[in-house]
Amino acid sequence: MIDSRKYLVAFLITAIIFGTAIVASSFLNDKKVEDVRSIENRVAIDILSSETQFALLAETSCRDIGPGFLSKELGPLGEKLSYAENHTSFSEEDVDSLKRSYFLLEIKDYLLMKRLTEKCGIRPTFILYFYSIPDRCEDCEKMGYALTALRDKYPDLRVYSFDYHYDLGAIDTLVSIYKVKPTLPAIIVNGEPYYGLQTVEGLEENIPALKLLQAATSTNSR
Amino acid sequence: MYEFYSLILYFSLFISLFFEVFLLITYLEVKSEIDEEKRFAGPITFHPTTIIVPCYNEEKTIKATVNSILNLDYPHDKLSIILVDDGSTDRTLLELNKFKNYYNVRILAKENGGKHTAVNLALEHVETELVGCLDADSFVSPQALLAIVRHFGNPEVMAVTPSIKVHEPKNILQYIQSTEYKWSIFLRRMLGSLGALYVTPGPFSIFRTRVFRELGNYRYAHMTEDMEMAMRMQKHRYKIVNSHSAHVYTVTPDTLRGLVKQRARWSYGFLNNAFDYKEIFFNRKYGHFGMFIMPIATLSLFTSLIMVSRILFSFGSTTLKYFDRYQVAGLNWKLSSPSFDWYFINTGVLPLVVITALSLTLVILYLSVKLSDGKFRLSQGLFYYLFLYTFMAPLWLVKALFDTAFRRKVSWR
Repeated sequence: MIDSRKYLVAFLITAIIFGTAIVASSFLNDKKVEDVRSIENRVAIDILSSETQFALLAETSCRDIGPGFLSKELGPLGEKLSYAENHTSFSEEDVDSLKRSYFLLEIKDYLLMKRLTEKCGIRPTFILYFYSIPDRCEDCEKMGYALTALRDKYPDLRVYSFDYHYDLGAIDTLVSIYKVKPTLPAIIVNGEPYYGLQTVEGLEENIPALKLLQAATSTNSR
Repeated sequence: MYEFYSLILYFSLFISLFFEVFLLITYLEVKSEIDEEKRFAGPITFHPTTIIVPCYNEEKTIKATVNSILNLDYPHDKLSIILVDDGSTDRTLLELNKFKNYYNVRILAKENGGKHTAVNLALEHVETELVGCLDADSFVSPQALLAIVRHFGNPEVMAVTPSIKVHEPKNILQYIQSTEYKWSIFLRRMLGSLGALYVTPGPFSIFRTRVFRELGNYRYAHMTEDMEMAMRMQKHRYKIVNSHSAHVYTVTPDTLRGLVKQRARWSYGFLNNAFDYKEIFFNRKYGHFGMFIMPIATLSLFTSLIMVSRILFSFGSTTLKYFDRYQVAGLNWKLSSPSFDWYFINTGVLPLVVITALSLTLVILYLSVKLSDGKFRLSQGLFYYLFLYTFMAPLWLVKALFDTAFRRKVSWR
């Protein structure tokens, strides 16, 4: 004779485990989204603070600009967003809204960086990187690895990454300013576009700005 | 397509988790029964018993096998041994003849016809109440028969299976099997309590002789006659139980090729015998055996393949990603990539369920080692089993499914 109760109890326990996993996963993912949002808020405040400081520059000199002038959290924020983009456990809606804010923050940071370099004569050390989803760009993931490694190697280098096909007017404007072709991955260094996958070594070799950065880094480390 | 695959993956996980929970509930139910078996010290009826040893080219192990039977803690006048040489081409028969002077040993020789024909020949000469078989590459512990015979005090019990351990593991493969066999000891003990054992293993399963008289002798059954006999018994509602304290040691394959061949034969045999006894499936008449164990054992061949393929896929894609990184960035990337922030821990439903299932697996492994060895001890076999078994299982699962799908004959060795 079969004891149906045992099956029922086993089923209930299994269902509870699954249910708990679903609730816990949703709770933890919400926490992660909150985490990213709070970083975005901090970056926004950082940028606002930098812009304010920049506005005050008219009354002061470039020497007053400290090393923490630009937000340091843009890089980690990008890593987190990229992780969220690649994990299905995040809702598409959340990721989309976070990406939108992130791209706008990047552009604001980029503009500030540009103005700073113009006004204070600082050597520009930033790269604009245009990528797309794996279906539309096979090598973009690899290019991402190369740029991450490059940024790890040169902490002063700022990499601004943009989803080429993302529906955002500001990105379209950037694309038209720099006349970026849809041959992805694409990077812009000092207004100069470079297309296709490149290794860290290749980037250091081919991009003069990086060579200078490399030389500056090795001088600083001595 | 991805959604469909995810659905199957979640279903497989649910089934596996359900089975683990079911096993643990069963364990809690029968725990006192297990403890009682350990403490048992009541009177025993020494039923006259015959042990059949079929041999084919077993010159290296046969002597130790027969000696282990002769050393059984059991009255010798109640114990008969029939050694059958199944047309060996090596010195097996010569080795067998060394035992011809023992009054309770009989030696038979025949042309090669397969293990079941050798056992059947011996069965014709059996006159005792109980009969069992011991493969010529296995050895019994002195107390094994006593532990088994106790169960025949229950007139309903028609067969008792032992707990099988690996004989002197020497390499990684055998250490893995050693842990796997301990897991099987736990599983079989639970299945025994559920009345759902689907195999009476060659090494030292003991039957009432009337089982063969009433249901017939062994028959060709996809190279897994031991499974067919158990399924036939279950079909006729003959009770099979397991004695976890009856220890039998068996020599296991020491090469991957040998292991894959053996396991593919077992899986192939199970699938084909299950198909031959398909009327048992989802038939309430056969209790847990028909309603749950047979369907889930069949399903698990497929679900484990799905889960293992997922693990291999994840492992493969992670390796590929690291390779891609190496290609473009050389060693210019942080090993802690992206960083040790909790944010980067995968908190999807799938990993959380997998962690729970893995925890239950560890609990069952702990109980298995305790049941098998009397106490839990960390061993290298445990680690090898946990980290390498997953990568080996697909080899024989795929082979068994392939052989079944294309009706390919499998061989014994």
